[in-house]
Amino acid sequence: MTIDKITLSVIQAGLQQVCDEMDLSFSRAAFSPVISEANDRSDGIYAADNGDLIAQGIGGLPVFVGTMEYSTRELIRLINEGKVDRPNEKDIYIVNDPYIGGTHLMDVRFVKPYFRKGKIFCWLSNTGHWPDIGGSVPGGFSASATAVEQEGLRLPPVKLFKKGRLDNEIYSIICSNIRVADQRIGDVKAQEAALLVGEERLNFLLDKYGDEVVQNSISFLRQTACNQMKSFIQEIPNGVYKSSAWVDSDGVINEPLEIKLVITKKDEELEFDFSGSSKPCKGPMNSVLATTLSSVYLAIRHIFPEVPINGGAFIPLKVKRPLNTFLDAHYPRPVSGCAAEVSQRIAEAIFIALVEVLPSRVTAAPAGTSGNFALGGFNEESNSDFVMYQLSGGGYGGNADHDGLANGCSTIGISKAPPVEIMEQKFPVLYHHYALHEGSGGAGKQRGGFGLDYKLEILCKNAQASFVMDHGRYGPQGVMGGMDGQVNVVNVDQSNKVYTPIHLSKEQDIQLTKGDTVHVKTPGGGGYGSPYDRDELLVLQDVKEKKYSIKEAIELFGVSIKENDLKINQKETKLLRQKK
Amino acid sequence: MKQDNQISTNFNVLGIDVGGTFTDLIYVDKENNIIEFTKVPTSPKNQAFGVMDAIRKADLKLDQVKLIVHGTTTTTNALLERKLSKTGLITTKGFKDVIELGRRTRPNSYGMHGKFVPIISRDLRFEVSERVDAKGNVITPLNEIEVKKNAEKLLELGCESIVIHFLHSYANNNHELRAFEIISESWPNNYITMGHSLLSENREYERGVTAAINASVQPILEKYLRKLENELSISNYKNELLVMNGNGGTISSKMVVNEAAKTVMSGPASGVIAAAHTGQSTGINNIITYDMGGTSTDVALIIGNQPSVSSDLEVEYGMPVHVPMVDVRTVGAGGGSIAKLNLAGLLEVGPESAGSFPGPICYGNGGTIPTISDANLLLGRLNISKIISDKNKVSIVDIKKIFLKKLSKSLHLDEIKTAEAVIKIANTKMAGAIRMVSISLGVDPRDFTLFAFGGAGPLHASALAKELGIPKVLVPARPGITNALGCVVADLRQDFTNTLNTPIDKVNILDLHSLFEEQEKKGVELIKKQGLKLTRISSNFSLDMQFIGQTHILRIYLPNSYPDLDYLQKSFEKSYLNRFKVKLSEIKANIVNVNTTIQGHKAPFDISLLNNKLDKRLDLDDALLEYRNVYFKDKFLNTPIYSRDRMPFEFQMKGPAIIEQMDTTTLIEPDDKLYGDYLGNMFIEVGDFS
Repeated sequence: MTIDKITLSVIQAGLQQVCDEMDLSFSRAAFSPVISEANDRSDGIYAADNGDLIAQGIGGLPVFVGTMEYSTRELIRLINEGKVDRPNEKDIYIVNDPYIGGTHLMDVRFVKPYFRKGKIFCWLSNTGHWPDIGGSVPGGFSASATAVEQEGLRLPPVKLFKKGRLDNEIYSIICSNIRVADQRIGDVKAQEAALLVGEERLNFLLDKYGDEVVQNSISFLRQTACNQMKSFIQEIPNGVYKSSAWVDSDGVINEPLEIKLVITKKDEELEFDFSGSSKPCKGPMNSVLATTLSSVYLAIRHIFPEVPINGGAFIPLKVKRPLNTFLDAHYPRPVSGCAAEVSQRIAEAIFIALVEVLPSRVTAAPAGTSGNFALGGFNEESNSDFVMYQLSGGGYGGNADHDGLANGCSTIGISKAPPVEIMEQKFPVLYHHYALHEGSGGAGKQRGGFGLDYKLEILCKNAQASFVMDHGRYGPQGVMGGMDGQVNVVNVDQSNKVYTPIHLSKEQDIQLTKGDTVHVKTPGGGGYGSPYDRDELLVLQDVKEKKYSIKEAIELFGVSIKENDLKINQKETKLLRQKK
Repeated sequence: MKQDNQISTNFNVLGIDVGGTFTDLIYVDKENNIIEFTKVPTSPKNQAFGVMDAIRKADLKLDQVKLIVHGTTTTTNALLERKLSKTGLITTKGFKDVIELGRRTRPNSYGMHGKFVPIISRDLRFEVSERVDAKGNVITPLNEIEVKKNAEKLLELGCESIVIHFLHSYANNNHELRAFEIISESWPNNYITMGHSLLSENREYERGVTAAINASVQPILEKYLRKLENELSISNYKNELLVMNGNGGTISSKMVVNEAAKTVMSGPASGVIAAAHTGQSTGINNIITYDMGGTSTDVALIIGNQPSVSSDLEVEYGMPVHVPMVDVRTVGAGGGSIAKLNLAGLLEVGPESAGSFPGPICYGNGGTIPTISDANLLLGRLNISKIISDKNKVSIVDIKKIFLKKLSKSLHLDEIKTAEAVIKIANTKMAGAIRMVSISLGVDPRDFTLFAFGGAGPLHASALAKELGIPKVLVPARPGITNALGCVVADLRQDFTNTLNTPIDKVNILDLHSLFEEQEKKGVELIKKQGLKLTRISSNFSLDMQFIGQTHILRIYLPNSYPDLDYLQKSFEKSYLNRFKVKLSEIKANIVNVNTTIQGHKAPFDISLLNNKLDKRLDLDDALLEYRNVYFKDKFLNTPIYSRDRMPFEFQMKGPAIIEQMDTTTLIEPDDKLYGDYLGNMFIEVGDFS
């Protein structure tokens, strides 16, 4: 059966629409702000026989771009091996096991077989980040877990809904093992509702165009996405491209973890070899294979956003399994840092390796950390426990066209940070400032964006602070002669004694008391091109705005600015810039 | 709904709306039986010239005109082009970067590129010692000397406007009020905006940017209006000038500058107001408005005759304007949208547009890229003689050649099939966008009537309705000047929102009642102050609610300003079930916002006046112009072409047909039924054909 190209375009848009509507329904009905506000969720359609990604919502969290495909594949395998119960109509499986296609335990996947005339036509699946999944730390981001059991409840694929009915026994086991369980029912129903919406819309599409036409279109679309990716890859000259990126530490042993990447471009394919990377680590900075793959896919999608999200696009991307490295974690390695931090370092390695051959598509390194600061304690005023998260952004990398964005979202996320006013309403904290991290953007012809600089005071008697951040040791990398962005800095003032975490960006349960302060400066983005080529007037404007000091203008950019009238000293500038 | 009866008036209103390409005018003087329509090119540099042109072209005697209502995009353009007046900021120590840092976002989910330029640059943002906590308690008193000094410095730096934006001013505005007093003493004009004054809401970035936008467009709007008022007065106009706001209501030109941010995005609002009024006149309460123009398509929802209004819209990336505005969403598809093949060889339409110059190939201005309009022309849906003039050297053959070369060859289709495909892809895209808008507002598009207007809306409406499962399309009498009609029919309007954010069991109901009363009193005063003759003043009360723990809100409309708590909980649960099909009786409700809308109603406008009764024929056959070959699905059909102006009010016919009028073309597909009503509206009952 041949399908005309017009029908293909229409069905492609139709499948995309089904996923976008699932995404929207999930967010609108969800209770957890992580899902409803931060959109830390994703919805997709997967092939019946092998779990290949057919379509995924455009507003889904980027890091889920490859994990759900992996996890649907694993589910199908386990069913075929008789290890998981076979699907009936209206069943929904729940699973969060990281080792069979996940990220961290908080990312809970629902998978629903979509039946058509008594046979499975495809799978619908979604992932939602639950605000808690049990484990040693509220919220799940332990900085120093050494086994997955410390990170929370691990669910193998089981049917949470059997023929459309919620299994209250499984549900009560879950509720007994997680914090703030009373509101979970709202989120579970929202996650279910999104799949039901997807089913309804898919029925509509199949009824209109016919099962066979849609099925054949899916195969063709897979091929066209593959071709599209190949034609983009061909922009890159054949050759070998190398880079490294470093995670500060695993949170337990204070040594940097290296991501060592060798990309080989041959004709229509890109091969990613991470085999020289650090060994599996003791702390929670291990990445499961699904997350490693997903990080590669999302980085490439940041570079070629035009390619539609479907499994065909991944075919030309060959990732060698990085056996015996921290990028291929096996049970019981702890993994809570993989989705938020390690994934971003993998993306950074890919950006750095490819920027010189794709200079207008790739930027210098972005801040690349989710900047997770968690504060837990007892709020005397409301007479209740609290857990607060301050997620923060950082500077983006400079690029061929413009300076990097300030306070951008993490590379793998799309979520907004809450306003200071709402944080102060909800939690016993008082912000002293919330400002640009001055001087943090890596110098360059196009400089990196600036990070965030905030300081807050604890207003309750006892609280514990935890940090899972990164780029505290080395700043985000500059490219093409640009300089690195400034590093992430954490300082905790405990009764007028300033303490800096030994691992710089990671530490768990720092005891704080009333009046203590936490001061965080997030990384700036890397610079792009030589700072000596930066337009003098742009340097001057940045100095006028006190984004860099006069001293920095001289030292970093070779531009001399007179202190009295803030005008450029042309003669000295010429001299300085000649010397480079 | 409360009503306050006042004197009624004869209808004598001049509505003038400035759009991107054209300035439209409608004048209605019922007493003397005068109705005028005009369209002139917009004068982008100063819109007042286009407005005066339109008045001259319509040959109006302004001394006879009782009221002028004006829609302008002056502030929108100033903001989008960043041609703003120099503005300074005075803010809380430690927080001057809030309006530059934003909320930790990027413009697109995928792609690490992206630019953002704050409304006020860092060297014009000054901090002063002061601090209020989240409950409104003063932690650090206001340093008044710093306020004075910093304001003076900003003045020296050449600032024309100034913003006072303090943390938690929604909870305690005393510091902002005091700083306002101090600055007023020396500031040479009235362009001083306090953060809490436009919207008392707890998000410092959104509130700050809204205030900054307000301040930076105030001088621009004022200069524009004073110029226009002057021109009008030279032409002997002595009555009131009202300006359209983004909330779909109007306000006196004397008062509008104070809250200038409210005029940003007023452009698309007026069309929605006209749609609501037309719907109301014909008994249709639920409408999806579909305004397809040259470069883009605007979509909005009207539920129960009320245009959906939102207070959290963004004008562009990172540019929230948190004042109540008609919730209009824009899709990148218009007549000029470009059709091309992507790298995978699939056909794509939009969002790039050929613009107004060179525009589509058929304009004959040297355009060489296929567009939606060109596709419509090849299919016989647009009248070639109307587009192609003496100056225009482009022929159908030329357009076919370009389609063949650029698209048809690789698609293995002929030019006609290619043109059909372009339309189909564009319709799929617009339908998808409309579905997303309706779902995000929690409604099913199939329960709505599609209201088609704009130059290209009625041409695509039938196909779009089929795609969406919408049974009926309404094509108003004058689809191309709907925005000007919005000006004519819009009422005076004031919206108020206060954040309560309290669980329902902790709300003191009497406080809630008095909050509504306060809002109502303020609104009625503001409306009366404008001194206009009104038929009545109405008040609408609503609450934004959620289940505790949720972040999205649901708006609950109240019958009066004194509901009891039990009623609130129950109506919230009912609305929630209705929208999400989920019952959550175990969780308590939270009242987030308290809203009041006050409207001062003008005399109702009879939309049948939009038709020129002298042109109308009694028999439908007398409106038949010609037969033309028009392509539907697989073949060209010999299709009757009618003149809209000559068609009788009430008639019935079957598709296929094309209805032509000065400002638009309506396409009736085979299997569709078309009928007209006594007001001059047309309705398409869409068939199964697709």
